[in-house]
Amino acid sequence: MNSDKMETGEEIIICRDVHKWFGNFHVLRGVNLTITKGEVVVICGPSGSGKSTFIRSINRLEEHQRGTIIVDGIELTNDLRNIHAIQREIGMVFQQFNLFPHLKVIDNITLAPVWVRKWPKDKAEKIARELLNRVGIPEQADKYPGQLSGGQQQRVAIARALAMQPKIMLFDEPTSALDPEMIKEVLDVMVELARSGMTMIVVTHEMGFAREVANRIFFFDDGNIVEQNTPEEFFRNPQEERTKRFLSQILTY
Amino acid sequence: MIKEALVEKPPREEVGLLEWLKRNLFSTWYNTLLTFVSLAFLFFVGRAIIVWALHTARWEVVTTNIKVFMIGRYPASEAWRVLASLGVILLLTALTWVFRKLRGRPIRQWLILGWLLSFPLIGVLLRGFSEQNLFLPLVSSRVWSGLLLTLVLAIVGITASFPLGLILALGRRSKLPVIKILCTIYIETIRGVPLISVLFMSQLMLPLFLPPHIRLSTVMRALTGITLFSAAYTAENVRGGLASVPVGQYEAARSLGLSNVLMMVLIVLPQALRAVIPAIVGQFISLFKDTTLVVIVGLLDLLGVAKAVTGQRQFIGLHQEVYFFVALLFFIFCSLMSRGSRRLERSLGVGER
Repeated sequence: MNSDKMETGEEIIICRDVHKWFGNFHVLRGVNLTITKGEVVVICGPSGSGKSTFIRSINRLEEHQRGTIIVDGIELTNDLRNIHAIQREIGMVFQQFNLFPHLKVIDNITLAPVWVRKWPKDKAEKIARELLNRVGIPEQADKYPGQLSGGQQQRVAIARALAMQPKIMLFDEPTSALDPEMIKEVLDVMVELARSGMTMIVVTHEMGFAREVANRIFFFDDGNIVEQNTPEEFFRNPQEERTKRFLSQILTY
Repeated sequence: MIKEALVEKPPREEVGLLEWLKRNLFSTWYNTLLTFVSLAFLFFVGRAIIVWALHTARWEVVTTNIKVFMIGRYPASEAWRVLASLGVILLLTALTWVFRKLRGRPIRQWLILGWLLSFPLIGVLLRGFSEQNLFLPLVSSRVWSGLLLTLVLAIVGITASFPLGLILALGRRSKLPVIKILCTIYIETIRGVPLISVLFMSQLMLPLFLPPHIRLSTVMRALTGITLFSAAYTAENVRGGLASVPVGQYEAARSLGLSNVLMMVLIVLPQALRAVIPAIVGQFISLFKDTTLVVIVGLLDLLGVAKAVTGQRQFIGLHQEVYFFVALLFFIFCSLMSRGSRRLERSLGVGER
């Protein structure tokens, strides 16, 4: 376990006993975890295990009903100012990209910096173009999202999130909606981002990605963390029966 | 890269006139039959209309009364004010058309300001100040009539009901129960009663709600009724548009730290409104036609004036010409609106799907 890192680094996300229900369905059952600055964490697990709900509650797209979530020193409560402040510092990338279809790529990226951060338009645009360069599609700036391929759209979505210069990036199954030949181009961008020192939480089944850059892997089942370990140990020597079954199911093919 | 010469072009499809006729009009025996029946129908109806329009019809009832149709009882000596108002609108339209390509430039903001200012400007121009004023003597709205009145009712009704409808639609989706219930009750009540009764109510009830020193003219009261009525329908149309925006759009906006107001204004409403342009324009077209109902509260709109014209002694019995002309005017304005709607859809639809 990476316990030494957890103690020495600066803790940026702290979750204690986080519970959440959808109606009567107990989707998160007392999740505890701590993530330090610069860490890259992969969350995997069967569908319905609560992993998406969990990362969505970190930036308050879902409200947890019991327990504590502290992000960058601010506790998530119903205080709207706290929520907006935290949402500004956390970038999120969705499975379905969720780009704004009525805005050009460049305007998708500059929108939040201009309206939320109050940057002047030309500064925002300059940074947006740098980011498009970084994700490898500088030539698409003046197109609309609908004119791009899935992989390109997801890279724009990453650039859009990065434009706010967030401290943390959340990825909710970023490659699950992509055609196979486009997965790599998105993962390449994510690997580069991970190596640049960004704190990342990634819900994914891309085990190659996890092996490559993750500091820790969390295995979710039934609304809680069943097992956590470094990628090497996690794949070589899974402890729990459920983890073994899950790994055998996803790694067979 | 593939060389130019190697690219295989799709086969060219060229259809001659005869081939086109055969394919589209005479492809099967029933298609042929239908073609002939339609041609015969068009021939007889068309001929009847042309013969009537060129020989039977006495268009002098329209030509002599053209001013009556346009401005009704508006004093002829002040008619230049109507023309000036028209000029303002045409000028703004022309400027908007010339600068239509310049998105986000300051000139656009000036144009929007110009449009906004044109309303009070035209209002003052048409109404004037006091009876003693030398330049713009008072022309009470009681004598506004004809096409002028129809257009004033429709344009002001449309422009005022749109933002109100927008607010109602947002209110109906509000998380605050009081606002939500009030908006829902308002919308459902208005939608549950005919425009005629709303017009009557606005004539009779409005003075009861207003402080006694404010006395609204009949036109203003009718306008209020039309606006309140139309807003409820706009609200429902907008609500449909809001429901069509995927939840992912809200989540993306929130995850970027946008406040609720920014999320609505920048992300949700542009998409919601674009989706319901056809419905909203359709509703505005019907509002335009429904303004004819103001006859029942004693106002003389285009249709009311037409009825008066048919009563003139020298033109007695010339209903067909008069109503044909009025129908033509309505048709022109309504088809302009639906053309505008289609252009707007196309210009806003860039890059969508």
